[in-house]
Amino acid sequence: MNPAEITAVLGRTVIDRLAGLGHAAIFFADLVRHMFSSLRRPYLTIAQVHAIGNRSLVIIAASGAAVGLVLALQGYLTLSRYGQADSLGLLVALALVRELGPVLTALLYAGRAGTSLTAEIGLMKAGEQLVAMEMMAVDPRVRVLAPRFIAGVLAMPLLGAVFSSVGILAAYVVGVWMIGVDEGQFWSQMQSGVDVVKDVGNGIIKTLVFGVASTFIALYVGYESKATPEGVALATTRTVVISSLSVLFLDFILTALMFSTP
Amino acid sequence: MSKKQTEILVGGFVVLGMLAILFLALKSANMASFSFHPTYRVLARFDEIGGLKVQAPVKSAGVTVGRIADISFDNKSFQAVVALDIDRQYAFPTDSSAKVLTAGLLGDKYVGIEAGGDEKNIQAGESIKMTQSAIVLENLIGQFLYNKAGDAGKDGAAKK
Repeated sequence: MNPAEITAVLGRTVIDRLAGLGHAAIFFADLVRHMFSSLRRPYLTIAQVHAIGNRSLVIIAASGAAVGLVLALQGYLTLSRYGQADSLGLLVALALVRELGPVLTALLYAGRAGTSLTAEIGLMKAGEQLVAMEMMAVDPRVRVLAPRFIAGVLAMPLLGAVFSSVGILAAYVVGVWMIGVDEGQFWSQMQSGVDVVKDVGNGIIKTLVFGVASTFIALYVGYESKATPEGVALATTRTVVISSLSVLFLDFILTALMFSTP
Repeated sequence: MSKKQTEILVGGFVVLGMLAILFLALKSANMASFSFHPTYRVLARFDEIGGLKVQAPVKSAGVTVGRIADISFDNKSFQAVVALDIDRQYAFPTDSSAKVLTAGLLGDKYVGIEAGGDEKNIQAGESIKMTQSAIVLENLIGQFLYNKAGDAGKDGAAKK
């Protein structure tokens, strides 16, 4: 390929990517704009909260318990080296509430709820249901997309809180009942070291941001998928990959904003 | 699944999430940044505050009685002026003293107040007269070396 062709290909790629970004931004603005009209039919959103939230509870709670158990075991190993085994509660609570709770919940959510959203929207598009709605003068963004967006944004903080709480309780069971860390120290060190606004509050803000990002990505990728079985399969893969990378990258930015020393 | 059943399940999910948030907020965290006790402001001047920061605790007998509200520099007396917000339920005599202490061995700095013996209590806007500055590690090491050198000099002179 001669240099002229390479420049042309490069230019075309950059312009296409920019156009895709703009298309996604307009889609996001549409979602937000139609949030309020879709709340006039609350049952749509409630049904979606059931599909997204309730159906994710089992995996979120089980993963939270598993992470809490492992944190307690590994944390005790290292802390007891320096004679600080009593700080186990503080370690587990801070790790879960600040970082692991929001990020792991978002990754599991992207995998479980994100893929089902993408597949659903993609199949609706493949079966021409969205076009049929438009024919009947029913706005699919109000009826189909916005309720799923609201449901995702609502469900994420609740799921994140469930993850962190179950993790702390599981760590209590292992640390106090099985290993023998002092129960009073476990809770009192945790309570004096974890701040409601700075730690719990920031964690909930993180889950909100991750919820917006994951749900938006899932809906957009589904909406733009090719209307074939392979297209839908490719779309679900892209949802998980893009959501997970976005969540991890946003986590870095949010942590730097929230927890760095001024 | 009927409409009613779905709504009940979603309600249950929301309640569970709220309970989890409440548990995190109340049982595993402290509401230190939420305490809205009324405070009164008292000033204290120090020659050296070390690494004292705004929002550091003010303690008396080891119990937190207030927070540092503001730290500024007085260009005329070349001293640090520290504003302490003390809980209104605690009153200290006018001859109380304030020291800059360290939490633990090498931890963060805080201000400790030792009560004096005066009958009158210090009011808002007044200054704590007796203050003790922070201990700076470099000055301490310098003093120690100077003393060591002085002892060696004295021994040398005594031998001669």
